[in-house]
Formats: sequence, structure tokens, C-alpha cells
Amino acid sequence: MMDEKAIIAQRIALELQDGDLVNLGIGIPTIVADYLDPAKHVVFQSENGIIGLGPLAEGPSDLVNAGGVGATIVEGGAFFDSAMSFSIIRGGHVDVTVLGALEVDSEGSLASWIIPGKKVPGMGGAMDLVVGAKKVIVAMTHTNKGIPKILSRCRLPLTAYREVNLIVTEMAVIEVHPDGLHLTEVHPDYTVEQVVQATEAPLHVDRVVPMKGVAC
Amino acid sequence: MKGFIDKSRFQSMLHDGMTVMIGGFLANGSPERLITAVLETPVKDLTVICNDGGFEDRGAGRLIVAGRVKKLIASHIGTNPTAGRLMQEGKMEIVLVPQGTLAERIRARGAGLGGILTPTGMNTIVAEGKTVLPVNGKDYLLEEPLGADLALIGGAIADRYGNLAYRGTMRNFNPLIAMASSIAVADPVETVAVLDPERIVTPYPLVDYVLKEENGQ
Repeated sequence: MMDEKAIIAQRIALELQDGDLVNLGIGIPTIVADYLDPAKHVVFQSENGIIGLGPLAEGPSDLVNAGGVGATIVEGGAFFDSAMSFSIIRGGHVDVTVLGALEVDSEGSLASWIIPGKKVPGMGGAMDLVVGAKKVIVAMTHTNKGIPKILSRCRLPLTAYREVNLIVTEMAVIEVHPDGLHLTEVHPDYTVEQVVQATEAPLHVDRVVPMKGVAC
Repeated sequence: MKGFIDKSRFQSMLHDGMTVMIGGFLANGSPERLITAVLETPVKDLTVICNDGGFEDRGAGRLIVAGRVKKLIASHIGTNPTAGRLMQEGKMEIVLVPQGTLAERIRARGAGLGGILTPTGMNTIVAEGKTVLPVNGKDYLLEEPLGADLALIGGAIADRYGNLAYRGTMRNFNPLIAMASSIAVADPVETVAVLDPERIVTPYPLVDYVLKEENGQ
């Protein structure tokens, strides 16, 4: 069985379309690039100032990705400063952003940057990315060791209000619509009932199919 | 540009309680020689404005670990555990600002603007206490300009005039802080005779001083 991160990344890779400008966050989102169909021409934007982010570099590099790890730039790529980078992001020029979250709710709000009194890493570029990108995909495990992360309403302080379009977990694919969350795909290792049990938010389950790209 | 200076001249510009902008993104493009020079002085109670808290041994993080920072304004501190600990212990104030808002607030100061209107942070705790202004039916947060006494610029390729280009992703906040501070000091990774005008990102009138290379060039 594939590990849950690989399942999530592989499924999200199918969402990226030829010609898309895409920002991948730290963690599971980063490995989405590894599962991309090579026939698709997808361009990666990195908020530290690159369009055309390539694979990781071997050895020390003057060029890092948004995780501070040595990386490369592909032919045709460009460097720019942080104001330009976030003008690209906030201005609606990024087609898809993929990021992790601690909680997502039935309105498409998400929380990802602070657990008051416990952990305060900060929002980095996440608040701008989810507000500005045309499509926001959350990549995360379905629960936190059994505790639901897909909630009726987020309890942690928000990263943004009503910006998420799609949630992809190791169990399921869930679309965010004005009337709430629609369960559209379930991984073959799970049943619809198991997904509903692991989800606090109500789910519309009237058009569920097996998770795309997974061999049954 | 007023000139190329040595470390001691730079150190004479420092004083307790000053506000310092530091370039770099997770220490990529951070002015390490200038940071080391600050640490060699007893200067303290700094307000540091930087994209992130760096690492404990690299970038602005070194000033945090050494206890020189009273207040940090940044978008992210997750890579520097000491920053989080000092905040929890009440020994350092941290103001977290969305990265795009931080860049644009700094740009606004350097560009002479009275602030920016951004949708980022609306309906979150970032908006608390801030003015919301509707423009064409959409609400925006008013974010004020952010300036400093001193900008420490890294990642630069400097020419003898003090013009700056930047290497790879080391550009990040460096050109922005150069324009938003009373004194801008560059710590170049490379020095050349004259940069091609097409390549210059920060023209020399915006740079006050360039730190000489170790060999005294």
C-alpha cells in the first residue's frame, strides 16, 4: 500500500493542467511535482522569488525553494523580489496553490498557521496564496490521529475565510461548494461510511466515485 | 552612495533600540558579515524586521539567539525554535505579518505611499484593530508603511558605484529594504567593476554604504 502522503500527492497531480502556474507549499504539497505527468507543462512559482522552480539542487546553491532548500531553475524561468512575487500571487496570476492545513471547514475556510499557546510558526505566504490563487487545494491527512480536521467551523484562528476549493486526503476528495462539502471520490481502501465517520462537517455523498488514479 | 566602508565604520552606526531591516529568506541572501559585525558589538534591544526568524546559526536568527532582539516583525518563525521559546517566555515580542503584506508595507515606505489596501488577512486575527476600507464593493485591510533606521542588504553583486544586482533567489526582500530605511548598507557576495545598467536592480543613489570585502578591496 502507498503511504498516505504519496496517495494525496498523486491525486493532486491529476488536478494540475497543462499551462498552469502553480505554487506548492511545504510538506505533502512539495512532492506533488514528483507525480506530475511529464507530458503536462506545469510551471512552478515559489514565493521567495522564482517562476520556473526546478528539481532540488545537489550541493550548496544560491537558489533555494520556499523551504530554504537548494533548488534549480528551469529554462525560461525568472527571479524577482518579494513584492513582485506577492503581486503575482495576490494579483490572481497563480492558477493553483496547494498547501497543508490543520483544519478546513464546510465554508471553505482554513486554519494552518497558529495553535494559540502551543505552536506559532507564523503564516509565511499562506494567507496571500489562498486569497490570491485562482484555485486553492488543501493537501492533508484526513484526521489528526483519528481526530477530525474537516470541521463544520474551524476552531483555530483562520488563515483565510472561504477560499478553499478542493480538499484531498488519503481517504477522499472533497469539493467545497456554496451549499457545503461534496464528497466526490473515496480511496478504495475506505468506504463512504468510514469517510463520513472521520469527517465532522456534513458531507453531500450523492455522486461518489473511486479515487481517480488509484489502481483498485 | 557615500562609499565603501570597513566593519568598524559600520559598527559605529549601531545603537541600542534601533530598528533594523535584514534581507534574506530563510537566510538565503542574508547579510551574514554584517550580522556578525552587529554581534561583535554590545548593541541590544533591536527591533528587527525580516521575512522570517532564520535559523539559530544563520541569518537574522543569530541576533535572536544572542538575545539582541526586543521585537521581531516577520512572517514566519518556524525554523528558529529559540524565537518561539523567547516569545512564549515573554522575552521577545513577535508581530507576525503575512509575507505579501510585509513586502508591500516595506515597499510602501520606500515608495512614499501612506499604506496599502490588501484583501490578505480579512476575516482573520490579522485584521484585528485595523481599518477596513471598501473599494468597488470589496473590503480591503489598510496596512501601514513599514520603515527602519538601518537596512542590512545581502545577496548582492555590487559594482564600484554601489549599484546592486542580486544572485539567484537572494533578491527577495533586499531591494525593498534598501528603499525603506534611513541608512542602507550592502554586504555583497561579489564585487565587480561596473554592472550592466540593464541588470541593476537597486541603483546606487539608494545604497548608502557597501561593506568592503575581507581583503579590503
